[in-house]
Amino acid sequence: MSYEVVGIAVLWTFLYGYLIVASVDFGAGFFSYYTKRTNKNHITHNIIQRYLSPVWEVTNVFLVFFFIGIVGFFPSTAYYYGTALLVPGSVAIILLALRGSYYAFATYGAKDSPLYTFLYGATGLLIPASLSTVLTISEGGFVIKENGNVRLLYGELFGSLYSWGVVLLAIVSVLFISASFLTYYASRAKDEGALKLLRKYALIWSFPSILMGIIVFFLLSKRNLEHYQNMVDLWWMFAVSLAAFAIATYLIWKKRNYGLAFIMVMVQYFAAFFGYGAAHLPYLLYPYLTIYDGFTNETMAIALIIAFIAGLLLLIPSLYLLMRLFLFDADYVEGKKEAM
Amino acid sequence: MFEYDPVLYSRLLTTLTLAFHVIFATLGVGIPLMIAIAEWMGIRRNDPHYTLMARRWARGFVVTVAVGVVTGTAIGLQLSLLWPNFMQAAGHTIGLPMFMETFAFFFEAIFLGIYLYTWDRFKSKVKHFLLVIPIVIGATASAFFITTVNSFMNAPQGFNIIDGVLTDVSPLAAMFNPATPSKMSHVILSSYLTSAFILGAIAAFHILKGSKHVYHKKALHLTMVSAAVFAIGTALVGDLSGKYLHEYQPEKLAAAEWHFETEEKASLVLGGILTDGNEVRFALEIPYALSILAGGSADTIVTGLNDFPEDEVPPLWIHYMFDLMVFIGIYLAALSALFVVLHWRKKWNAFNRPVLWAVVAGGPAAMFAIEAGWIFAEVGRQPWILNGVMTVAEGATTSAHVDMMLYLFLVLYAILGVTCVVVLRRMFKQNPVEAELEKRNISHQAV
Ligand code: HDD
Ligand code: HEM
Ligand code: HEM
Repeated sequence: MSYEVVGIAVLWTFLYGYLIVASVDFGAGFFSYYTKRTNKNHITHNIIQRYLSPVWEVTNVFLVFFFIGIVGFFPSTAYYYGTALLVPGSVAIILLALRGSYYAFATYGAKDSPLYTFLYGATGLLIPASLSTVLTISEGGFVIKENGNVRLLYGELFGSLYSWGVVLLAIVSVLFISASFLTYYASRAKDEGALKLLRKYALIWSFPSILMGIIVFFLLSKRNLEHYQNMVDLWWMFAVSLAAFAIATYLIWKKRNYGLAFIMVMVQYFAAFFGYGAAHLPYLLYPYLTIYDGFTNETMAIALIIAFIAGLLLLIPSLYLLMRLFLFDADYVEGKKEAM
Repeated sequence: MFEYDPVLYSRLLTTLTLAFHVIFATLGVGIPLMIAIAEWMGIRRNDPHYTLMARRWARGFVVTVAVGVVTGTAIGLQLSLLWPNFMQAAGHTIGLPMFMETFAFFFEAIFLGIYLYTWDRFKSKVKHFLLVIPIVIGATASAFFITTVNSFMNAPQGFNIIDGVLTDVSPLAAMFNPATPSKMSHVILSSYLTSAFILGAIAAFHILKGSKHVYHKKALHLTMVSAAVFAIGTALVGDLSGKYLHEYQPEKLAAAEWHFETEEKASLVLGGILTDGNEVRFALEIPYALSILAGGSADTIVTGLNDFPEDEVPPLWIHYMFDLMVFIGIYLAALSALFVVLHWRKKWNAFNRPVLWAVVAGGPAAMFAIEAGWIFAEVGRQPWILNGVMTVAEGATTSAHVDMMLYLFLVLYAILGVTCVVVLRRMFKQNPVEAELEKRNISHQAV
């Protein structure tokens, strides 16, 4: 494999990691807001708090890793995306900032306030919507370069069916991923009430998520035919994704093996995300930028890869410890251990 | 009216974000160390007061860290949004430490999550203490890595530009540039110092408000002893920073000192004002001191501003920033040393009101010194974004709407700042030390 491909594979893997952990977080925010509005809050509150409190910061770092990493491996992305995305990027930052800090304020500091919960719930859906536009833009046609200036075409972006399709796909996926994880977590916590409610949410959002996936797939053919055809060539990855989805939904429906069901959801998104990404190559921004002409110099590439491997050696044991203490520790999950 | 200028607005927005982030970043670097020291004292002396201190500091710390994380995320993204040309060049040469910084964040975030929720989980207290060490390492490492990036902006090396093409890139040479040693030690030590002083100021404030509990006295003593060590360290390393400037960025040093004529036995100018004819008035001049700061002896020749091209001279008002930082540095060092001496001689009373008030003032003052130091360092690099290689105007975005973003972020930071203060106050007001000691059955007389 060339350095270029190693680089993009590393980054894409971290983006996938962010997709999963952030979806759980975003969806949890929405559910916690929604259940509060419908007075079912007492059912889900503990589950959501107990899982999120120790990990929210880790979630954020996945994103930071991605956007710092991409400038390291592909410095030209800073130029193209940086110039084009000033406004949507700033909006995403503001939403992320409000969400992160108000989560901490509500959890560690003050008593619960309706405003905090609202912010937390609303940003949970708005952030995936705004972040997903980056993928939309990468398909080409939304950004132009003229007289050496890069510009985002807002009319094109907001008027495009494809772009709205991606936004919807992002939102329903967030809800589905989140609900299936929280179902599993509630079952570990032996919390029957929460389990029942969350399982229902998981089932509600399962079909919309796959439906939107299929719709966006076909909308893409109108947007970027080359990418679409590459995806058709990689049809088997999407078949794996569909099969994993079927297994996951079946298990949740049958009230069995929630853990395996969540792993299947992860497989579903893994296959689809990597299928999408692999078919997108070599373009980072169609048609202006490929992974080859935007790549950093070779010395830097090697240094970054070495740093990455060293970093992983440090991270994997630490993440394992975190999961052991908070995800797989039955007493903690069941709420028998004291917090701060 | 004004014409829209993306460069100007990008500068303002960067300044705004960094000035806000650096408050929380500084605490984020320093407070973990103070928590570690307190928890360690609790174990060594078997004194639950110190353990509780660590626990309460950690609880407040989560709130400030949250703001640090979100504003850091903002500056990290904004660097690409506002300075795309700069980041494109920087990615090629200085991407490595930025990338490594994210691992430091990861490491810190993971252990912070664990640390906060495992106070009562282990039988052995040492085990829980061990969990704070990765946090201290992660926090200090992130300061180290990001400071190497800033050092690179001041003393770029580790690449060649031939006909506009970048060649011979050496990421390690870029990272360990001449500015790195003095800068990173100065930044890290000043973060420790500031954090110690802010925690000390809180303790002093409680004593002034009439809290009689020995807990606050212990907290004040612990923070002041630490602060004395860090303050002396900061000042010594600050001297090294001056020597670095003399060698690599003489125009910054000359501007900071309103030093116009190249000469030896140069004197250090404190305060004062500058007349139209570049004459220094009402200033305190310390003979030879500038030569000593620059080169360690009175014979050192210090280049004056008249010998630099006019368009490469940074704004001269940074003089006040430099003075403010040094003045506060001396104040903090003297004050913490005074406290330590008063406390050490048992018959003197270190907890008298003037000293306590002076400590209370020291907390915010330390933060002002941090801000002043950064403004001095960054504005003093003008007009360059990469010293001698790329100017600020070349690095900036060409986008429209940067002005709108500036206003949006101004509102965002105002909201975050206010809420953060409100939440912290409420958090500790609702659960004062006395009540918590009572609740945890830690007697007033303990040790
Ligand atoms: C509590 C904070 C604090 C205190 C008390 C001091 N400093 Fe400082 N100083 C900083 C906080 C700081 C900083 C925020 O960390 C800076 C800004 C950029 C940097 O590298 O460090 C800095 C920069 C900085 C620079 C510029 C370095 C450069 O641009 O490369 C010099 C020459 C000094 N300092 C010198 C001193 C001296 C002689 C002090 C005497 C007591 C002093 N500082 C106290
Ligand atoms: C241009 C300069 C800077 C950039 C781009 C930057 C970037 C960041 C980012 C992306 C984060 C969020 C990390 C996360 O998600 O956990 C962050 C937080 C933080 N930054 Fe900054 N930073 C800068 C300046 C500084 C400085 C000067 C210091 C130290 C003095 C510092 C220390 C920290 C600390 C301690 C945190 C909290 C980290 C944590 O607890 O995870 N940063 N910064
Ligand atoms: C980390 C702590 C830092 C602080 C507190 C800081 C502070 C500042 C300040 C106050 C300015 C405004 C200067 C002016 O208006 O003339 C500035 C400018 C800037 N800084 Fe730094 N700086 C830091 C480090 C960095 C780092 C590590 C980077 C890049 C990776 C960076 C990138 C910039 C850029 C692009 C500008 C705009 C150019 C300029 O006006 O000089 N800064 N910074």
